[in-house]
Amino acid sequence: MANEVQYIFDSQNLQKSEPQKFKTEDLKSEEMIVNIGPQHPSTHGVLRLEVITNGEEIVDVVPHLGYLHRCFEKHAEQLPYNQTLPFVDRMDYLAAMNSEHAFVMGVEKMLGIENTIDKRVEYIRVLVAELNRLASHFIALGTYAMDIGAITPFPWMLRDREHILRLLEWVSGARMLYNYIWVGGLFYDLPVGFEERCKEFAQYIKPKLVEFEEVVLNNRIFIDRTANVGILPADLAINYGITGPMLRGSGLKYDLRKIDAYSVYPEIDFDIPVGKGEAGTLGDCWDRTSVRLKECNESVRIIEQCLEKLTGDHKRTRDFDPRATVPKKIRPKAQDFYVRAENPKGETGFFFRADGRSDIPFRCKARGASFVNLSILGELSRGGLIADLVAILGSIDIVLGEVDR
Amino acid sequence: MTFEEIISKLKGQFGESIITSVDEMASPKAIMIDSGNLLKVMKYLHSSEGLYFDSLSCITGLDNGAESNSMEVIYNLYSIPYNHHLMVKVIVNRENPSIDSLESVWKTADWQEREVYDLLGILFNNHPDLRRILLPADWEGHPLRKDYEHQEYYRGIKVAE
Repeated sequence: MANEVQYIFDSQNLQKSEPQKFKTEDLKSEEMIVNIGPQHPSTHGVLRLEVITNGEEIVDVVPHLGYLHRCFEKHAEQLPYNQTLPFVDRMDYLAAMNSEHAFVMGVEKMLGIENTIDKRVEYIRVLVAELNRLASHFIALGTYAMDIGAITPFPWMLRDREHILRLLEWVSGARMLYNYIWVGGLFYDLPVGFEERCKEFAQYIKPKLVEFEEVVLNNRIFIDRTANVGILPADLAINYGITGPMLRGSGLKYDLRKIDAYSVYPEIDFDIPVGKGEAGTLGDCWDRTSVRLKECNESVRIIEQCLEKLTGDHKRTRDFDPRATVPKKIRPKAQDFYVRAENPKGETGFFFRADGRSDIPFRCKARGASFVNLSILGELSRGGLIADLVAILGSIDIVLGEVDR
Repeated sequence: MTFEEIISKLKGQFGESIITSVDEMASPKAIMIDSGNLLKVMKYLHSSEGLYFDSLSCITGLDNGAESNSMEVIYNLYSIPYNHHLMVKVIVNRENPSIDSLESVWKTADWQEREVYDLLGILFNNHPDLRRILLPADWEGHPLRKDYEHQEYYRGIKVAE
């Protein structure tokens, strides 16, 4: 029984489970349906695009999602808050620390213990979240350059991301799915010697970012492929609920780290880079990429300031216990709560309904930034070329774990 | 604008009975309205001066279970220029859940409503493209309903042990 193939094959299965939105007989002459994905390098994961084309021109794009749906919300309804945390990691698996930070912040606010958290804990949280933001942006930038046709930056970026993953592995024991930030504290304190290594890394990475800017962003071919492509005006972006580097690429200075001023971000000095239309029009693919790269520089600044605090005002002491304020029992009062935080991809939100009688949320809804950002794909690519579709999709920077949850 | 100002502005526009109750415990603070009034209230919240909720952050569908026999749709609104929040809750009938679509006000409602429909089976009137979004089209049932029982086999694959 164990080795038996269970799946019952039927040639109509795809049509039954994910039927095309458009029918072949409704197409005008010269139009055809091109199916891209779910297994295709330029879709950045298991995403299927149903593309109606007229020659090279795109008439419409319909994304088909759900290939990576892992029932996050259903799991969350059956597990205590702290046990849901590993599932939160698996939403945006490229930036697990950031999602954890958002989730944990929400639960702490519901419990009313957000002011009892030690400052050192908060600085460590911001430090690891910003490291993870760098890692996520490296993947976004590297794969985007590869989508456009530049092979070299991708291994460069993976090489630099590897340094971050090793640092975070040293901290938490895992490379990508950390379960490090706990409700009320942390899994462990930073390992001894981490601050020095991290400082070395911050010094190492700065010239690499300059190098990337020279090789990719100022590259003639890259500019030709991305400038004036996929132009997203700010008002349309807001109406579509777009957040994160995409919205900032359209010129709006909107960063929840500044607006909501959560955690210790108000104590840290950093800027919010926005798109200015330097290479073409405001809000094009080039602007979005440029915002991501500038954000990397800002993250490095934040990391350096965190390290300064973690070796200065809030330095390691013998009696520091990162689990000191971890509650034994997580049972919030009955309430509805929406928490949001700035992730590398945009606004990640969690809606909780606690019934006050159990440790398990009555309902936990995750608002994935990638999911909402992806919804604009059709609007942006209509009327463009197929080659531009790849450029636009890459510039949205989706991670399918968060789209499908 | 504070929560009280938003309430008085809404009451001034639509009359005292427009808000059936308020939830001060919620964060952000919430108002409850009837599902019939949803579209006009949301249009007003979106475009009137002083309120200008230009961003619809999150739509949550919620099943209260068979005992209370109701479902809820919860909207989290945010105004970027004025930096104020509002949560709007609407109760819908559980046997025949349907509610107006907000796709004509916020485009982001398109996919978020599709997700709510997919996982809870709440129908959105006048939605341009109400298909399942996360689950396969031939999946049976809506998983986030409290009385959901998954099908035993899907194409010969056992769904769960």
